[in-house]
Amino acid sequence: MSERAASVTPTEEQHDDQTTTDADESGDDGAASSDAETTPTPVTTGAESVIRALENAGVEYAFGVQGGAIMPVYDALYDSDIYHITMAHEQGASHAADAYGIVSGEPGVCLATSGPGATNLVTGIADADMDSDPMIALTGQVPTEFVGNDAFQETDTIGVTTPVTKDNTFSTDPDRVGTDVSEAFALAGEGRPGPTLVDLPKDVTNGETDREPDGPRVPDTYEVQERADAEIVAAAAERVENAARPIMLLGGGVIKGEASEACRAFATEHEIPVVTTMPGIGSFPEDHELAMEMAGMHGTGFANMAVTHCDTMIAVGTRFDDRLTGGIETFAPDAEIIHVDIDPAEISKNIHADYPLVGDAATVVDQLGEAVDASPEAKKWRAQCQQWKSDYSMAYDAPEDEPVRPEFIVEALDEATSDRAVVTTGVGQHQMWACQYWTYTEPRTWVSSHGLGTMGYGLPAAIGARVAAADDQEVVCIDGDGSFLMTLQGLSVAVRENLDITVVVLNNEYIGMVRQWQDAFFEGRHSASDYGWMPEFDKLAEAFGAQGFRIDDYDDVADAVTEALAYDGPSVIDAHIDPQANVYPMVPSGGDNGQFALTEDQL
Amino acid sequence: MKRGLEGPPPEERPTPAGRRNKQGIRIDPEIEATHDPRRTVISVLVEHEPGVLAEASGLFSRRQFNIESLTVGPTTADDRARITLVVEEPDPGIDQIKKQLRKLVPVISVRELASDAMRRELALVKVDAERPDQVAAVADMYDAKTVDSSPETATFEITGARQKIDAAIETFGQFGIREISRTGTTALARGTDETAGRDPATAVSSADAANQSHEYTQTPTDD
Repeated sequence: MSERAASVTPTEEQHDDQTTTDADESGDDGAASSDAETTPTPVTTGAESVIRALENAGVEYAFGVQGGAIMPVYDALYDSDIYHITMAHEQGASHAADAYGIVSGEPGVCLATSGPGATNLVTGIADADMDSDPMIALTGQVPTEFVGNDAFQETDTIGVTTPVTKDNTFSTDPDRVGTDVSEAFALAGEGRPGPTLVDLPKDVTNGETDREPDGPRVPDTYEVQERADAEIVAAAAERVENAARPIMLLGGGVIKGEASEACRAFATEHEIPVVTTMPGIGSFPEDHELAMEMAGMHGTGFANMAVTHCDTMIAVGTRFDDRLTGGIETFAPDAEIIHVDIDPAEISKNIHADYPLVGDAATVVDQLGEAVDASPEAKKWRAQCQQWKSDYSMAYDAPEDEPVRPEFIVEALDEATSDRAVVTTGVGQHQMWACQYWTYTEPRTWVSSHGLGTMGYGLPAAIGARVAAADDQEVVCIDGDGSFLMTLQGLSVAVRENLDITVVVLNNEYIGMVRQWQDAFFEGRHSASDYGWMPEFDKLAEAFGAQGFRIDDYDDVADAVTEALAYDGPSVIDAHIDPQANVYPMVPSGGDNGQFALTEDQL
Repeated sequence: MKRGLEGPPPEERPTPAGRRNKQGIRIDPEIEATHDPRRTVISVLVEHEPGVLAEASGLFSRRQFNIESLTVGPTTADDRARITLVVEEPDPGIDQIKKQLRKLVPVISVRELASDAMRRELALVKVDAERPDQVAAVADMYDAKTVDSSPETATFEITGARQKIDAAIETFGQFGIREISRTGTTALARGTDETAGRDPATAVSSADAANQSHEYTQTPTDD
């Protein structure tokens, strides 16, 4: 993370006055969008300064929707090399920017107008906030003189977004607005990443200025601790050396902090089994012998056994969400916890940290690696973990004459794609099958809505991921019928931009996770979860201009998967799966992770 | 209907004996440490900009921390303001409040004041003045200043620690109180100790340390 920050700040010293524009550009560290030979024209309006700030930060893509109050910014964007992708709905813009940030590691940018534009962005902003994804939202606002008068399309965007942003700013001055954007950009990616927002009144963006924005730089009051306290590192190292039943628990922070390498090295050197959280998927290769895969509500049985019985847990970049911990009383009840996090507020928030290590994940895991002199003697424990892996293996029955099992489709897609393929999902049963039955081996290949659990995330996220991913990385959206229906207008965008995305709708004509809970906890009363009125998604895709495929039985799977992946452009597979298929293992909400149910009658 | 996933069912699995309490701290179920709430004063130095008070107070309501009182005012620097909060929470909650406040970008420093810090609040008390001599005597007793008097009422200004104001109000009660208006607590550290300074330990806070040794700080009394 420190490297990222450094890469966007080298020119900050040169931005002190407006005469150094040329130096700024030539001093650029090779950001892809800049062309060192052309001298940019000086800014004349606040809006041009906003766009200049984005260009200076190396922004290549932005996602958004036009509108009255944001028009000056779009006018300035017209002359910029930044490629703008017009979305069909602002919610799609914020999810796409979020996914762009996850896959690329650089803040994704989304734009919307005031009022409804801004409020439509909010779900995506809240999603990015819960998952600590770097993102910047720019919203239009009514002219300053109308602010507070309930003017047309006015919303108190700052008030609405304060609880769901890392920071937000109401711009008041055309001379300062570009710098506000630069600061927001820097802040989004620095330390614990998160979404930032700048609210842009129309008179400020229309206002005259000749001030070039300052370079991306976080405010002085924002300080990040990079290295953990050496004494606690030493104590934690001693604990690791003496552990009999150690595990590493890798969270989303490992991926955001580019700490996968460091964690892999530490785990393999000391032969420590590794469990991930859902956002931590991809931080450790799931085909490795030490991998115990995902823990928590729908984690694997072996991961939950390892979490429950360990005596030392090295938790990196996780906030101990309740979907991971289950009931606090029974979470790793014998374990001393070494907690690495860049955000001091995560230490002992949900689970008490016996060894709090505040700092950058990669740096601190390296510090810990240097401090550990001897690997723990845990041969018996590792054998136990392997035993659990075979006892609780993820298996399913797939009789040919029954409806298609969703797990089979997920595995078929995994086998047909490369290790670097990016998976995005909506939220629901399909998301859990995508976690459980796809073998992830690389960071930044798993893009999902974890903390907020936003249905409808999958397709717009696939658009953002497609833009950020390399050309040879396939982008597969595994969606549910209910989830897909929420944001499928994004198909029009995928068709217009000819984005090579494969959407697989695991269609059971239910809002399946709710139905599963209703069967388990509400006596099978399917209140409002029966989605028997679903459209035919393959035909709908064709109506949008995408390619449509359909799976009705096992014989269709191989062809549909092969052809959809081969199609150069957006394709949608409407996969009719076993409508009664449920997600197991399952730890009921607030339950004991070690007591996961393998079937409904164990709940 | 067999569904594939196998392995011993829940009742046949080993279960560890250990437990954690609600704060996620490993406990000996025999001697569980208690977390009594304590009242404390937190002083927050912030950038003096619009929205900062809403941001700080919004954080409290969102995270379900109860604010006993909140005051805000300017400092010697034009671009800085000081927020003084009184909260009553168990130690881990107080700790979390401080950490969450520190995360806000316009927050410059957060400090929990020592129990000997100077704390003051102000109250205006309007009482019936049928017995002016006795009212004056009570006012004298609490160093209350008369700010208004009429044939029917007398209004006093009382400053001091919370307990003193509570006591004064109780005593004035015998004459019949018409109205009261109270401010929250404002506070400064004693001597050369700087109120605006940073809390020395950010990684391991006092509550973290106390949790580990199962010791909890005594509730300090207001001066």
